[in-house]
Amino acid sequence: MNKYETVFILTPVLSDDQMKETVEKFKKVLTDNGSTIENEENWGLRKLAYPIENKNTGFYTLIEFDGDPTIVNKLETAYRRDEKVIRFLTFRLDKYAAEYAVKRRAVRKAKQEERAAQESAAEAAPVAVEEAPKAEEATAAEA
Amino acid sequence: MAQEQMRPNNQGEIRYLTPLSVDTRKKKYCRFKRSGIKYIDYKDPEFLKKFLNEQGKILPRRITGTSLKFQRRVAKAVKRARHLALLPYVTDLMK
Repeated sequence: MNKYETVFILTPVLSDDQMKETVEKFKKVLTDNGSTIENEENWGLRKLAYPIENKNTGFYTLIEFDGDPTIVNKLETAYRRDEKVIRFLTFRLDKYAAEYAVKRRAVRKAKQEERAAQESAAEAAPVAVEEAPKAEEATAAEA
Repeated sequence: MAQEQMRPNNQGEIRYLTPLSVDTRKKKYCRFKRSGIKYIDYKDPEFLKKFLNEQGKILPRRITGTSLKFQRRVAKAVKRARHLALLPYVTDLMK
């Protein structure tokens, strides 16, 4: 059993549901072949540094998993067969990378919790205060 | 008379406005060794940009001072980032 990390980029033409569905599909490929998913990150729609297949943005997804070496081939075959995937990268984590991955996960989790705490604090706050940040969020989302 | 006496002195002596820096260059060091970083993350393009020039090429060790071991890891991280379109392969005016 080795630790692996895989990142893939999906085409930006997909709807959110389609995107999630595709991610689930690849996760299923992993779990069906006897690996355990340790971490999953959705980086959302990101700008590409250079155009791939005439596209300038893409949905990035990162999955860390534990499994046998044979699984990598199966996963990459699945990537190649799916035309929604425009780029992928899979590699084995060495001990330093694994250490770093654990740390990174902890940091991200802490940040998420902090954000959640802030949001719940904002909800608890009086209505007048609540409306202002929501308006800001809406403009941020548009931008 | 006074001027003629001054001249030979001025000619023989070179004067600098700022004091000359004779071999005061700072010693280069490997930032990874110094700060104890063991793994270089390809997911952080902003950090990797420190090791690239304006055209997105990897800077040589003689400029960044990185040790050989970490130069290899930097190169690997940069190449992974390029593959995933986090960094460009070729560009102008990156910074």
